Amino acid sequence: MARKIDLRRFPGFLPMTYLCLFLLYAPLIIVMIYSFNESQSITNWGGFSLRWYGEVFWGVESEKFKAAAIHSFIIAITAATCSTCIATLAATAMLRAGRFRGKGISFALINLPLMVPEIVTAVATLIFFSAIGFTTGILTILLSHIVFCIPFAYLPIAARMQGIEEVYEQAAQDLYATRFQAFKLILLPLMMPGIISGFLLAFIISLDDFIITNFVKGAGIETLPTAIFGSVKQGIKPNIMAISTLLLLVSVVFVTLSWLVGRMGQNRK
Amino acid sequence: MRDIAVDILDLTKKYGTFTALRNVSLDIRDNEFFTLLGPSGCGKTTLLRCIAGFEDVTTGAIRLYGEDIADLPPNKRPVNTVFQNYALFPHMNVTQNIMFGLLRLGQSDAQARARVGEVLEMVQLTEFATRLPAQLSGGQQQRVALARALAPNPKVLLLDEPLSALDLKLRQAVRLELQQLQRETGITFVFVTHDQEEALTMSDRIAVIAEGHVQQVGNARDIYQAPVNRFVADFIGETNLIDVEVRDVSGGMATCDLPGGAAFTCPAAAGAKAGKGHLSVRPERMTFAKAGAALLSGTVARHVFLGTDMQVDVRLSDDELLTVRVQNSEDSHIPEPGAAIGLNFEAGAARLLVD
Repeated sequence: MARKIDLRRFPGFLPMTYLCLFLLYAPLIIVMIYSFNESQSITNWGGFSLRWYGEVFWGVESEKFKAAAIHSFIIAITAATCSTCIATLAATAMLRAGRFRGKGISFALINLPLMVPEIVTAVATLIFFSAIGFTTGILTILLSHIVFCIPFAYLPIAARMQGIEEVYEQAAQDLYATRFQAFKLILLPLMMPGIISGFLLAFIISLDDFIITNFVKGAGIETLPTAIFGSVKQGIKPNIMAISTLLLLVSVVFVTLSWLVGRMGQNRK
Repeated sequence: MRDIAVDILDLTKKYGTFTALRNVSLDIRDNEFFTLLGPSGCGKTTLLRCIAGFEDVTTGAIRLYGEDIADLPPNKRPVNTVFQNYALFPHMNVTQNIMFGLLRLGQSDAQARARVGEVLEMVQLTEFATRLPAQLSGGQQQRVALARALAPNPKVLLLDEPLSALDLKLRQAVRLELQQLQRETGITFVFVTHDQEEALTMSDRIAVIAEGHVQQVGNARDIYQAPVNRFVADFIGETNLIDVEVRDVSGGMATCDLPGGAAFTCPAAAGAKAGKGHLSVRPERMTFAKAGAALLSGTVARHVFLGTDMQVDVRLSDDELLTVRVQNSEDSHIPEPGAAIGLNFEAGAARLLVD
């Protein structure tokens, strides 16, 4: 066995770690703290208040943000549902259909969106939609979200399916189940933690997306990230910090849930 | 003669260039406890999977009570399998596991539940009906797997090394239970194992398989006492293989020269020829005699204490090592290591083998 290299004993390891953690999280923490700031300023602390949260829900821009939030959630739920279904079927084909022609290419295609820079996908998608004469709007956002969410849904689902031995489906078929019944009654329930985990991940990816959405959205339509961006262009106000904090909270909750569900299933095995 | 339950006709199974099974022909009779015995990788599990329908056959036919089933998918074959690691559905409790096959066959919920009660009683697990598989011991899981496979009343029950995951004591108890269950249900059992003791104690008939080919089919006594070739003699139980010079084979009897020159006549396996050959003699069929006044002579090399038996290794003058087994008792005379000793055996205890 190769000797294990202990990274912690490298010179400068500890300062480097703290620097990275600081650079990653300090901006987030500052945004969170200043969302509770009483004053209008974004640099001076004027005391604790929930004023800007009130502003988000009842203020001047609240109508705009509410509409954007509704769009975002509709798109995220629909995109996550569709991409999870597609990813589940893809995983079944990749892991249960034996060897078939183009398996390697299929695998690469499924995971390609993870590798391609998002801006490239965004530009390409926009060109594609205008080339086929598709009017931009909520539908274009939805279609592009479904596509780029597939690999995120696929990964936890495939990981889960890999851990399920094929003998369960064989036992089901031995007990007079058709292949479809074996899939529906045995494989699908066993995969459920992976599927839920994949759904939650796809949901949050869709909810947070900015670049692609900004390219393919129509003139009149905004999602939460594009609405925030639009608002920021006119100057950063503390209500943006409040809304960002809320969005961060939703993200953290969903990612944690996704992780917990994935782990729960493993423990039961 | 009884009906033939499973008739395997000239079956060959290839994976690419590798031949897993080569021209296998077997007839497994109705209501029989039939064992496929062989070392790991010999193709016995592949054969079982061919009968169950998990593997396509390359050439040949499989008939189940006269009907060709080689092209049917597993769910259309009236056979059930007990898998090696049981493959109990982890998300279903014991009752749901056993009901699974019954419901797929179109039974009503009430019918299926009644049948679950019956089979659970048969395997003595009635009080575990609502447990999940993960909450059961290995032995209990094995019984649930058995109950699940028996519930639909299959024409043939296939068992893929179902005892290999159990510890020794439990394995011995389960052997008897399995045999009893087979008698009670009257279902044909096809049992796969690499454990010769398991095969000898439970089976009505045994097929010894090696390198994808059936070596010998017969009951335990036939296979143990009259092995057809060197592989079977060596694989089933322990045996001494003595190098001999065969002078003549005729009418199933062989005349040969033993090491040391004594002439000896004994039964020969079909296909044995004159020339160099091997004589198989079981260790427990050898007896001690005075040196010089016996068929073979040598010196005692060592003793191995085996509990009920004592194993005595004897080195012949040509350096061949033979083993003799004697029962450990007050009056059995066991020669000390280093002593010159003679070995005798009856003609009926020896057999000339085909290499």
